[in-house]
Amino acid sequence: MRYTSIAIALHWLIAAAILGAFCVGLYMAGLPVSPWKLKIYSWHKWAGVSIFMLVVLRAAWRIGHPPPPAVPMPRWQALAAETVHRLLYLLMFAIPLSGWLMSSAKGYQTVYFGVLPIPDLLSKDVELGKQLAELHELLNFLMIALVAGHAAAAIKHHLIDRDDTLRRMLPWRSTQATLPEN
Amino acid sequence: MKRLCALLFSLSAIAPAQAIEFNAVQADKSSVSFVFRQMGVAVDGRFRKFNAQLAFDPAKPQASRAALEIDLASVDAGSAEANDEVATRNWFNTKAFPTARFVADAVRAQGGDRYELSGKLTLKGRTQTLSTPLTFRKDGALGVFDGSLTIKRADFAIGEGEWAAFDTVANEIQVRFHIVAAATK
Repeated sequence: MRYTSIAIALHWLIAAAILGAFCVGLYMAGLPVSPWKLKIYSWHKWAGVSIFMLVVLRAAWRIGHPPPPAVPMPRWQALAAETVHRLLYLLMFAIPLSGWLMSSAKGYQTVYFGVLPIPDLLSKDVELGKQLAELHELLNFLMIALVAGHAAAAIKHHLIDRDDTLRRMLPWRSTQATLPEN
Repeated sequence: MKRLCALLFSLSAIAPAQAIEFNAVQADKSSVSFVFRQMGVAVDGRFRKFNAQLAFDPAKPQASRAALEIDLASVDAGSAEANDEVATRNWFNTKAFPTARFVADAVRAQGGDRYELSGKLTLKGRTQTLSTPLTFRKDGALGVFDGSLTIKRADFAIGEGEWAAFDTVANEIQVRFHIVAAATK
């Protein structure tokens, strides 16, 4: 059993977007002030808003379309996988939200693609802005650690256990069937 | 002749009563602020230090005098990073041009509480004639002046070099002033 093609598409699209936004975020923070910096900050914020909307879509889809049953694995592994998935969903919401709140607290409203203003939930507060920046960074490093674990586990299932865990999320259908049908 | 005398008498009786001149600016109640756009985002800024001088009699607006001197180093352009940037040569070049100066040439009554103020703004060594709508109202014993005008940063070479294009920071800067002055006799 595979994930639905919508779930697969959203998984990989969001994964690529998150990795891109993460790398841009790392790069841009150290830049000296320049038009390039202002542009790339805006792009990063627009990416964050886009990712947030995709995540809402994905969560809604997931609620309506439960994932295929997990392949047999030790109980601790199933529990670990479940925990990491839940945390990743939590972070996919929390990270864009923390970025948006940080931007508001720093006094810079987020204006999607430069045309659609997203309301500020917080008014300007420089100290709070700094704290939210640290929170945004912390959540990101936590997420990247979880993503690394998530990817390592998927690869381990694929190459060592030789089960269908990764295959059921791959965008292409594999001809190789390793598990006998029950 | 008798009527003219009566008229002159009544005018002279009215005039001193109305000759209230607002001329003592209260800096702590006044503000000079601005809004600029970067990447489509409106960012608020202000000047913490400025010196406004004013003499305004609502009965004789045409006789008004007004001057404003802004300490450009006192700018708050939205963040510490932005404040450092706007002090550089590309922007205010604050070391070479520490103050901006506006001197009014004329105040024209526009009806009601509305006036038009025109004058010369000197910023970064460049002088331009500007005019701005202005409202005046009395708040108890105080006179309150509010106005807002849009200036183009390129007219004053604010934002040169890599900032000269308007795709990141727009050319139009909205400047707002709120001046509170007491009347002295």
